[in-house]
Amino acid sequence: MNARLLPLTATLVIFAAAYALCILQFPAFGTTRVMGNLLTDNAFLGIAAVGMTFVIVSGGIDLSVGAVIAFVGVFLAVGIGRLGIPPALAFALALLVASLFGAAMGAVIHVFEIPPFIVTLAGMFLARGASSVITTESVPIDAPLYARLNDVVVMLPGKGRLTLVAMVMLAVFAAASLVAHRTRFGRNVYAIGGNRTSAELMGIPVGTTTVLIYAFSGLCAGIAGIVFSLYTSAGYSLAAVGVELDTIAAVVIGGTLLTGGSGFVMGTFVGVLIQGMIQTYITFDGTLSSWWTKIVIGLLLFGFILLQRGLLALGGRGQARTAH
Amino acid sequence: MTIPARSPTQPGAAGPSRAPTGGGRRRARAWTSALPQLVALGLVFAACRLASPQFFDVRLQDGRLFGSLVDVFYRGAPVALLSIGMCVVVAARGIDLSVGTIMAIAGAVAATLVNGGLAWPLCVLAALGVGVACGLWNGVLVSVLRIQPIVATLILMVAGRGLAQLVTGGQIVTFDDRGLIGISAGTVLGLPLPVAITAAVLLGALLLLRGTALGMFLEATGANARASHYAGVDTRLVTVSTYVASGLCAAVAGLIAAGDIRGADANNAGLWLELNAILAVVVGGGSLLGGRFSLTRSVLGALIIQAMGTGILLSGFQPEFNLIVEAVVVMAVLLAQSPPAARLANFLRPRRTA
Repeated sequence: MNARLLPLTATLVIFAAAYALCILQFPAFGTTRVMGNLLTDNAFLGIAAVGMTFVIVSGGIDLSVGAVIAFVGVFLAVGIGRLGIPPALAFALALLVASLFGAAMGAVIHVFEIPPFIVTLAGMFLARGASSVITTESVPIDAPLYARLNDVVVMLPGKGRLTLVAMVMLAVFAAASLVAHRTRFGRNVYAIGGNRTSAELMGIPVGTTTVLIYAFSGLCAGIAGIVFSLYTSAGYSLAAVGVELDTIAAVVIGGTLLTGGSGFVMGTFVGVLIQGMIQTYITFDGTLSSWWTKIVIGLLLFGFILLQRGLLALGGRGQARTAH
Repeated sequence: MTIPARSPTQPGAAGPSRAPTGGGRRRARAWTSALPQLVALGLVFAACRLASPQFFDVRLQDGRLFGSLVDVFYRGAPVALLSIGMCVVVAARGIDLSVGTIMAIAGAVAATLVNGGLAWPLCVLAALGVGVACGLWNGVLVSVLRIQPIVATLILMVAGRGLAQLVTGGQIVTFDDRGLIGISAGTVLGLPLPVAITAAVLLGALLLLRGTALGMFLEATGANARASHYAGVDTRLVTVSTYVASGLCAAVAGLIAAGDIRGADANNAGLWLELNAILAVVVGGGSLLGGRFSLTRSVLGALIIQAMGTGILLSGFQPEFNLIVEAVVVMAVLLAQSPPAARLANFLRPRRTA
């Protein structure tokens, strides 16, 4: 149990230390305004990362989330702007399509026993292709509802703004935490990730759970897509390229084991904040170029994976090693 | 090339003359096993011919062949090169997501060095060296630190584009060195040089892997790493070598891509090509679970994918359909290869009553 908490602790310590350093260098980091923006700017990433956490805990991977976000954005832009579908209905349709898309991928993964990454890779092509076929232009959304939703803001003390999208992200994290740690479905996800065969032998419905996991990831990507379209007020088929990698990085930095079976939804939250913090720091600094973000995230990813390997090696020393 | 075998019972594995018994029959089987891919390529070519009547027209101009068909081979060369490397990695049950990024890094290094006044052969060597180094990094992560291949190569995929931008200073570095441009624009016997390079790499890899026992070590490692280890195969060395080979192929592809646009674009060079390379291996019938590979069929797979893209363009569809077609094709191939489909085929097969 202690070893299980260690990656999360490391994440928290790194986050706290890095944030303190940021505040030392740029005192503005301590204001609620920067914190509020940090939440708003990374809301879609965080929501997508929630779904990815479940997938990775179950021992799988979902490479389609970025493409689904773009698809939902284009779907909303064209549906609301050109076809005149009421926004609320368009939101519901988008979430339904995204969930069904995820469920279909989960079904293929389970029934045909094909590795998750190649199935979701094909899903990524499909979703990207579908959104490019709908339109290759960047379609602006000027529905009145968007302006109204974007005006929903809770003012924090110190001029900080907690926007609706940030609140949606916090709500998704809270709900997903409950699902992961307090429901049967959550326990099944951990069991499958820990050891699929024993989960099956224990009578856990592996097939249904797998389909649900990917449907949930699709749903999260759908919500992230809606949030992204609120955030940018546009739909573009090439939006959110590479977000799948950012979400995976956030999940890993958040302390979830890539081998599955162990991790925390709230760890992912901290992972997202660390990524957002790096970006904000680079913006504040002004002299560093944006590519340093990629390099630093790559290094962090590497560091955390090494930490995980070390922990696994320590944990596996006492017992018979099954893998490798 | 070191021999990745510890066991003294393995005879000189580097000896290329170890003809397997019934070599002729085996060769014939290898030929028929590529039949589905050849038929598919033929069908795609036929579809292209329907879309554009001039598809098969090839003319010779200034000592170089031109035409849509030549273009398929020329444009397909980088992916074909990547697919050779990917095929080797997949054979040992790995995956390399970083090849597109390695292309970008190799192009960036070559372009920056040649603008710094270095002679182009040295720039090429440096780029290839960078490819080897990237492969070595991936290989060490996978085989020594035992990180899952998807994740290990993901690190370079994410961070590598940043490194490439660091090298180019965030700009598209253009160059007009004839030597570097020649890698893409040059000709050998009328064939575009990239096609000739790909053919040479394929031939070299075939000789190395099928002419010696290396290919068997590779398949053994992919099929069951632990059993191969106990049987005396240095699985660690085999795994590292596969990633180095993949990095090297990616560097060559990166040089071709850079020569093609006469510049290095750290953001877009090789973007999505890792996926095309994986698709090529899958279409070529390689098992993603390792232990089974065919270099020739993978290259055919790359050509099929390229020909589909060209065909979609020729028939006037949006190029965006390409992604959907690729997704559908790869899913169809995967479903046909999947264990349940094999069980179904086995169930339907007429059986002799004993």
